[in-house]
Amino acid sequence: MTIKRPVRFYQVGSFAVGNRLLADDQRTVQSDPNRANSIDSGHRACQGCGEALGARYALDAAMRAAGGRVVTVNATGCLEVFSTPYPETSWRVPWLHSLFGNAPAVATGVAAALRVKGREDVRVVGQAGDGGTVDIGFGTLSGMFERNDDVLFICYDNEGYMNTGVQRSAATPPAARTATTDAVGPEPGNVFGQGKDLPRIAMAHDIAYVATATVADLHDLEHKVEHAMTLRGSRYIHILVPCPLGWGSASSDTIRVARLAKESGLFPVFEAENGRVTSVSPIRRRARVEEYLRLQRRYAHLFGAHPRPDIVARLQAIADENIARYGLVNDETEDVRALEDTQEMVH
Amino acid sequence: MLRQIEGSRAVAETVALCRPEVVCAYPISPQTHIIEAVGAMVKAGTLAPCEFINVESEFAAMSVSIGASAAGARAYTATASQGLLFMLEAVYNASGLGLPIVMTLANRAIGAPINIWNDHSDAMAARDSGWIQLFAETNQEAADLHVQAFRLAEELSVPVMVCMDGFILTHAVEGVDLMSQDQVDSFLPPYEPRQVLDPDDPVSIGAMVGPEAFEEVRYLAHLRQLDALALIPSIAASFAGLTGRDSGGLVHPYRTDDAEVIVVALGSVLGTIKDAVDTRRARGERIGVLGITTFRPFPREAVRDALAGVSRVVVVEKAFSLGGEGVVLTDVVMALAGRDVVLHNVIAGLGGRPITQAAIEALLERAGTGDLGRLTFLDLDESAVSRERSRIAAARRTGPSAENVLYDRATQGSRVAQEQS
Repeated sequence: MTIKRPVRFYQVGSFAVGNRLLADDQRTVQSDPNRANSIDSGHRACQGCGEALGARYALDAAMRAAGGRVVTVNATGCLEVFSTPYPETSWRVPWLHSLFGNAPAVATGVAAALRVKGREDVRVVGQAGDGGTVDIGFGTLSGMFERNDDVLFICYDNEGYMNTGVQRSAATPPAARTATTDAVGPEPGNVFGQGKDLPRIAMAHDIAYVATATVADLHDLEHKVEHAMTLRGSRYIHILVPCPLGWGSASSDTIRVARLAKESGLFPVFEAENGRVTSVSPIRRRARVEEYLRLQRRYAHLFGAHPRPDIVARLQAIADENIARYGLVNDETEDVRALEDTQEMVH
Repeated sequence: MLRQIEGSRAVAETVALCRPEVVCAYPISPQTHIIEAVGAMVKAGTLAPCEFINVESEFAAMSVSIGASAAGARAYTATASQGLLFMLEAVYNASGLGLPIVMTLANRAIGAPINIWNDHSDAMAARDSGWIQLFAETNQEAADLHVQAFRLAEELSVPVMVCMDGFILTHAVEGVDLMSQDQVDSFLPPYEPRQVLDPDDPVSIGAMVGPEAFEEVRYLAHLRQLDALALIPSIAASFAGLTGRDSGGLVHPYRTDDAEVIVVALGSVLGTIKDAVDTRRARGERIGVLGITTFRPFPREAVRDALAGVSRVVVVEKAFSLGGEGVVLTDVVMALAGRDVVLHNVIAGLGGRPITQAAIEALLERAGTGDLGRLTFLDLDESAVSRERSRIAAARRTGPSAENVLYDRATQGSRVAQEQS
């Protein structure tokens, strides 16, 4: 379920709600000229960076929800590097970077200090990429969840170690080419493993709030961050942020790629409270996984001169499994796949 | 108030008097009694306000301390051995960020082979981490050093590691004069951070620093260490004025005035060495002891001055650099550069092997007769070593050395027992 709003005007193709069609109190945080600009312009992110976009929306939403009383803790990674080339900084919020694998624990320490000083009006937001969350920071994140420390932790998932030159992480999807999973051999790209689904692992800790989001639906992302800030204890938001560099997608396609990840079912968008799914964002126009894959050169080896429809089918099966698991297709879902099949039959 | 008390308990109660605001705990022998006691005080409400956080690893313990300190809280934790190594990345980070965290290190050997007993391998592994390292000789000094450590750390914005010998001090019950809350409060002002995460004055801490400024930032950290060399004696003097005790400072010379031979050491073994020296002094030998209390920053001038006029120096230490020599020795050599002094290095007490007064006296005897070489491993069972060396020379798959040596000792032990019965 996306945000329930009385007005639902969808622009052709994008389904995005135009701010001008909404009442003032329903407009996005970013449409507010008095927004916090938590991460200010001038940073060194690549053109089309999903993480920079996601961080900007997430933090400004957190700032609005907390009345500007936010402290952030950042793991090592792209976000840290591109935002603070010494002596410049893009951060207009208090910001601490310690190490790659300890952002959740550092955030716990900040929250503890604020609590002991009676400053619980100040809220703590931890941030990391998927490497800092799913791999090297996993232990400290699980510890933070288990103790239910009062931190909102946000993972900007671009499915690999992009800062170090696009290596595989535990969040890299099967078959994707990275610098450490080359597109060669009988099983090109990343292995078909068991996956490491951090939103579900977070849910298994029964923490107050777990949500996923993409930068294709920024209004939804803002809403989830704002909702998370109304709660106390550990909260986790996992945002899919396409990386043009690492995914080999066009900088102008970041939103499109993120939307297709959701609309294909590969990246389920949902909310969970206390370990139970409370809402899902249904697929509006069901897309084939292939449509998503073809926009990204990290999957180019599945198509070219030696196509691998068998691997594409396995990826489609993963998407179908997500659709079944979360109930992502409903009566309003327009099945573009079926339409295409019909057209193929006609031709 | 003088009490008969376990070392860990004395440290815990003294740390509590320092009003730490965030304390992280992860169990590792032999420091567990310290954090258990602090935890109980927080739970009972006798230490308040304080957040006591049971973390999932030492890496998290130091990381939580980093966050707490950066948010303006007085942060404390304790660890040992493998725990220190597991958190080492964050240990370096804390000093790099200039966060005045105080940590007790209950000195313990590092594996493999796994060994829970005392030596100084752990502290020496963190020697270059940018932390101030203070070594306690007694439980009284261990307790006192913590009060001084918080003041030192916070004045300089440098973290301080108080090293106390695992088990030998942490688990020893002896008389300790515990300070009163008023005494500690008069000595240790509230923490005023130089940098703090505050929404009213947002700062970025931990930015990416490239070649254009990294060297300057590191040099500033070095200068803070040098500042500590000046500050530590003045803090110790002020502490002595308050308590009448000479805990802390850079070095502790003992009967060195007319000494020809001086034994240099760190930590609790100084007590045994002093006893040995007293015995030999009674026989007219001109012999003394130099205890190094501040190991980092290394008090080169103070050591040089304290060793003025000696012809022979014996450095007894509980760690060494494999393939090199003792770690403390290297610093003493530097302090004595240009002096005509014979240096002996004695590696002793590894993995908790007892260092007896008799063994120290035998060493001093050998030093006196010129029979002591440059590097000696005290009480080394050379036959056990040569047996394993022979095995390795004779065959390929000889298995793990540690288990072979243990097997030899066990079977030898039973043979001795059979012979005796």
